[in-house]
Amino acid sequence: MLQAVGLAAFRGERLVFAGLSFAVPAGGALLLTGPNGSGKSTLLRLLAGLLRPEAGQLLWDGADALADLPSHAARLRYLGHQDAVKPGLTVAENLRFWGGGDAIRHALEAVDLLRLADLPARMLSAGQKRRLAIARLALAPAPLWLLDEPTLGLDGASVARVGALLAAHRGGGGMVVVATHLPLPLEDAAELSLVATPQ
Amino acid sequence: MTIFFALLARELRLSFRHSSDTLAALLFFLLAAALFPLAIGPAPETLGRIAPGIVWVCALLAALLPLDRLFGADLEDGSLDLLLLSGLPASAVAAAKALAHWLVTGVPLLVAAGPLAVMLRMPDEAIPVLLLGLLPGTVVLSLLGTAGAALVLGARRGGVLLPLLVLPLTAPVLIFGVAAADAASGGLSPRPHLLLLAALCAAALPLCPLAAGAGLRSAAE
Repeated sequence: MLQAVGLAAFRGERLVFAGLSFAVPAGGALLLTGPNGSGKSTLLRLLAGLLRPEAGQLLWDGADALADLPSHAARLRYLGHQDAVKPGLTVAENLRFWGGGDAIRHALEAVDLLRLADLPARMLSAGQKRRLAIARLALAPAPLWLLDEPTLGLDGASVARVGALLAAHRGGGGMVVVATHLPLPLEDAAELSLVATPQ
Repeated sequence: MTIFFALLARELRLSFRHSSDTLAALLFFLLAAALFPLAIGPAPETLGRIAPGIVWVCALLAALLPLDRLFGADLEDGSLDLLLLSGLPASAVAAAKALAHWLVTGVPLLVAAGPLAVMLRMPDEAIPVLLLGLLPGTVVLSLLGTAGAALVLGARRGGVLLPLLVLPLTAPVLIFGVAAADAASGGLSPRPHLLLLAALCAAALPLCPLAAGAGLRSAAE
């Protein structure tokens, strides 16, 4: 279980949010909403351990999650708003760092990219690159998924596939924290509304 | 350790895919060094005496060339976040990058330095010492370069800042590397200079990845 107690973060000189507390139980989902600049991406990076909180604590099963960053990283998958796709590598090679042969095939199948597996990633369209980035989530099991606008640029069928991935992940006891402005097939998710702080 | 080698394999695969970038450093090394006989004249006594300096300075500058893109591409496309979340400590990510830089840039420079030294009429007995000095020398250059590249990451005009930061730090390597080859061609023992180079390498091995790791973490924030 992931628990946040009184989190606060700065971006430069500006306080983005403060006193943020929430909990995500096993199998639970948390939907982050709020206007641009309200700190959704900042919160996701903070949960991933890429940013240090200015105040507050992040607890994993009651213990400080950010005390040991590599082991915190091992239990999460982070999907940022950039795709991190290397154009020089093929679609399958882009995933090889995170998983082996069979896992790559299954992950590509889950986002319907299997027939493009040997194509250089520079030939992919923006939506296909996004799907390749999403395939990374399905490569190896990790209990916590942090998703930043996962369905940006995806067609209806792909959004449904992402919904199926999320449902399967949560069915296995996984947690999801997702920031999005787009409708997402995510059943009974708790919602956390962030507000833009005055400049 | 598996993740470390997976990262190394990924870096090497990327370097081979972008082979023109990879070869650029080597070609720069050969071309820059080939300019000296044209500028100074082919007289063996002058050229042979300054040959170790030419090889070392050109190797140093050539090793700087690919540093700009070492982390730059990863920062731009978001891969850096994923590397930091791969389960490796940030310093191990930096160490893998430094090792990849050495394998892709340092080793080819080392291989090309022998023929280049012959071309520059270096005394025969000094050439093995030059290469022996370049072996720890190129490792230190890769390590210092990686630390510098990580520190200037995200800074505006980082490409200009990088040589200004790294070149002064490489001065000891240059001094002892050239001194070893000079000692050998003068009939003296190059041993103390080579030992000092090895000591520099031993100090840089743990320190540079730590500094680079801290740089990567702050660039990701």
